[in-house]
Amino acid sequence: MTVDRRWRIGLRVLGLGYLAALLLIPVSVIFYRTFEHGVTSVLDSITTPQAVSAFWLTIEVSVIAVVLNTVFGVVCALALARGRFRGKWLLDALIDLPFAVSPIVIGLSLVLVYGTNGWFGSALTNAGIQVIFSFPGIVLATIFVSLPFVVREVTPVLREIGDDQEQAAATLGASGWQTFWRITLPAIRWGIAYGVVLSTARAIGEFGAVSVVSGHISGETITLTLLVEQRFQNYDLSGAYAASALLAVIALATLLAMTTFNRRKEESEA
Amino acid sequence: MSAIALRRRRSASGSSALGLGVATLWLSVIVLLPLAAVVVRSLDDGTGTFWDAVTSRQALAALRFTLLVSLVCAAINAVTGTLIAWVLVRDRFPGKRVLNALIDLPFALPTIVAGITLMALYGSNSPVGIDIAFTQAAVLLALLFVTLPFVIRAVQPVLIELDREMEQAAISLGASNLTVFRRIILPNIVPAILSGAALAFARAVGEFGSVVLISGNIPLQTQVSSVYVFKLIESDAEISASAVSVVLLLVSLLVLIGIRLLGRFDPTHRRHDG
Repeated sequence: MTVDRRWRIGLRVLGLGYLAALLLIPVSVIFYRTFEHGVTSVLDSITTPQAVSAFWLTIEVSVIAVVLNTVFGVVCALALARGRFRGKWLLDALIDLPFAVSPIVIGLSLVLVYGTNGWFGSALTNAGIQVIFSFPGIVLATIFVSLPFVVREVTPVLREIGDDQEQAAATLGASGWQTFWRITLPAIRWGIAYGVVLSTARAIGEFGAVSVVSGHISGETITLTLLVEQRFQNYDLSGAYAASALLAVIALATLLAMTTFNRRKEESEA
Repeated sequence: MSAIALRRRRSASGSSALGLGVATLWLSVIVLLPLAAVVVRSLDDGTGTFWDAVTSRQALAALRFTLLVSLVCAAINAVTGTLIAWVLVRDRFPGKRVLNALIDLPFALPTIVAGITLMALYGSNSPVGIDIAFTQAAVLLALLFVTLPFVIRAVQPVLIELDREMEQAAISLGASNLTVFRRIILPNIVPAILSGAALAFARAVGEFGSVVLISGNIPLQTQVSSVYVFKLIESDAEISASAVSVVLLLVSLLVLIGIRLLGRFDPTHRRHDG
């Protein structure tokens, strides 16, 4: 250590104190508040019909969004890492847009395209399809917000491993698909896994964009995060805490998966 | 050129062209088309209406507060993020690995849960007697929570890679800790701090879920732009909502461009461009 003991301890106390006040203590308080009145009331509160329907809606939406974004993410990462085309920097830059745009703006943008007064509004109404204030709108919003994760995790891995093995496979007569399945996919699998975990966490946790397009129809378009807000607004604090704790547990599981996959990913890059 | 190599090149370019088409189409339908709709809608009643919507007293106050509080948030993150990154890389204490994993919790935790969490500790029923709900400080606190990982995760890898010999040489030549930090460590990590802080700023400007409850949404005081836009959408003022959204979009674009330029001038992060 180049820094003497006094400084090091001081900085440690400062840093850990900040983390405790901002992150660790608040999250512990949520768990304490949740279980303050016993475990049974918590179980009752997260097994009401509304809560169960919100849970399954969240899972369905997340699965659809994550699967589509994973396929897109791998295709797009291959184009960015292997392709040579004009305007590549533009595609590369635009991929990050969902990270930078406010979720509320995302929700509004979907309303303006798919809502009743939107660009495709009358066409969709005539076809009898409701997107906004309905399931498809929630899926679209979730896809939008979680779009960049897989691309951003897989592209650097692809660049790192290079295309020597892919070229060798192709020279030996492998088709494009064979090369992808046998060579490329095994090499990027931990990158994909890490991207999938990040996308899933974002998809489950999305609130703002979904809030704009959901219409808040109880038992139909209420996701878990919307349920938390609804209960809070209805002064059902313990219900809100219970749903929050459930989401926090999912977040902690995500962290565990992230730590595992990230280590595997770094090992495969090294 | 041999026939095999030629065939390989042709098939590779064919599949990558298909991939490029799919990627562009997907991005256009999901992201670009809706965002274009916002820009178009904001100008539906002409530039005059756009300007009025953006410069109304409430819109201006919300925008000013949003940018200011995001800037303060980014600045605080630059300091605390660097400090925590340093502690996580250079210090040794029990439980460090667990703590290191927990840093990402604000990314994994839904923003509405972050808001409820902060309300439970720093709201009206505060167990520690600190009630800052519905104040500007509460908005800052929520933003600090959700942006916590950005600077830490940007600075950490650079600190790990940093050559320790320079520091040891400086110390042996009689430099103080502060001098070593200011003259050797800091210049190496400044690009990482800036890009982390810029990401935190962009995130803070658009943040909604964590601030919507704790801010109390008091117009001209604690109302941030994203919540203001949400209220406009709820009252069916689509054109005004779109106009303010366009301003937010411009801010996001500027930050993204800034980060790209920063990456280009950053000697420690040489980008791999194909």
